Amino acid sequence: MRLQALIATGILECCCLLSSAQTTGSSHATAQPSAPRAVAGNPPQQNDVGELKFQQNCNRCHNAPEELSRRISGTVVLHMRARASLSAADERAILHYLAP
Amino acid sequence: MRCLSFRQIVRAIPRYALLLITPLAVALPAAGQDTPLISGAVGFLSGTNKGPTSFDPTIMPLVAFPITRRFLFENRDSLLETVNPRLGGQSDQTKLHENVTYMQMDYFAMSHATLVAGKFLTPFNTYNERLGPIWIGNFQDGPLIFPIGNNGSTGTGGELRGSLYSGSKLSIDYVSYVSANVTGTQFTSSRAAGGRAGVYFPALRLEIGGSHGHVFEGTHRDASGFYVWWQPGGGPVSIKSEYAHGTHSQGYWIETGYRLSQFKGPDSAIGRLEPLFRMQQAFRNSPDATDGLPSADTQRADFGLDYFLPHEVRINASYSRLFSSTGNGNIWKTGLIYRFLFPAWPGKK
Repeated sequence: MRLQALIATGILECCCLLSSAQTTGSSHATAQPSAPRAVAGNPPQQNDVGELKFQQNCNRCHNAPEELSRRISGTVVLHMRARASLSAADERAILHYLAP
Repeated sequence: MRCLSFRQIVRAIPRYALLLITPLAVALPAAGQDTPLISGAVGFLSGTNKGPTSFDPTIMPLVAFPITRRFLFENRDSLLETVNPRLGGQSDQTKLHENVTYMQMDYFAMSHATLVAGKFLTPFNTYNERLGPIWIGNFQDGPLIFPIGNNGSTGTGGELRGSLYSGSKLSIDYVSYVSANVTGTQFTSSRAAGGRAGVYFPALRLEIGGSHGHVFEGTHRDASGFYVWWQPGGGPVSIKSEYAHGTHSQGYWIETGYRLSQFKGPDSAIGRLEPLFRMQQAFRNSPDATDGLPSADTQRADFGLDYFLPHEVRINASYSRLFSSTGNGNIWKTGLIYRFLFPAWPGKK
């Protein structure tokens, strides 16, 4: 029973690994062209919107962290999208503000 | 092949979740800003409640683990050691409380809809979801009316939540949930359904919303409530309030804080201070020994002070006066809390 469970888990892990690698690759392919356009096209407004959204949504409950590693900025905002019921557009604006 | 009981399945979930997460950890650092994070707080809390004093060192770790940009695994736990000193040379009485606060998988299905499965915080009014963590809440004690509608604070089942509309003049968010009857040690929940919806006016910094919940077990119970949050002019004053009505009781709380940041800025010695006040009342409409609310009408006034030190350290202290026909009393609380937030593993800068 344990052996079966281990084998099944192993297969599942491999599938997840492959699918995540594929999805990560494809999401990069779509995200990279659009992000620089947004930053290069109108960066101050983008950041203004992001700052406003940050103040309106995040500061309502808590103070901003003193330091935020760029490596986790995406995860922080994704986490807050679930916690604070943010829309995808607000999530993107806040991410631009935190990690332009 | 042997069939697994529900309890065994529930116990196996964290183990297999870990097994699944480990290989993904190797694959994900490529995604720049999406490194999994560890957050939470460590606190040393103490309280004197109508006489006896207890010391409560606690740690509340939180893990957020994105699995692509569509899925997010979240888990928050609480480890709290209660130490009750005893007189007469006796050894202190200690007890460790371990609790999986929530463990859920979020699926960002659309821009305005997120599906959640697992153990989640009951979305009734605001306190449970927003102010529960020790690094956010201003007072160590939850409000008197907290048991109304929160079904023990969590549910095991699913949620549909998101932002219905988000514009420059207003935004509307919603949450709806169903939870099943589960009797596992860490995943106990009632068969219930409910939800919350709120409207936020950015220009006014005003949020109003309402909640409703229904428990389908035993004698069915209804709970409803509404809340108002306001930050006048986006300044240092904040006002938060809730009202809740349950089958056997009702009540409200209103909390206000005033960060003294206009005195030489938020990083000055005095600007780091935030005086707080909370008023709350709970009214007993009919007896119920099991609903977790005060057995008689109760009023409580809480006076607090927060002091925000550098490096995410906060000192808080509060004094509360309780008025009830079952006995008046004084409650003192102090706490030293350090909030942490860092990537789950080291990587390239």
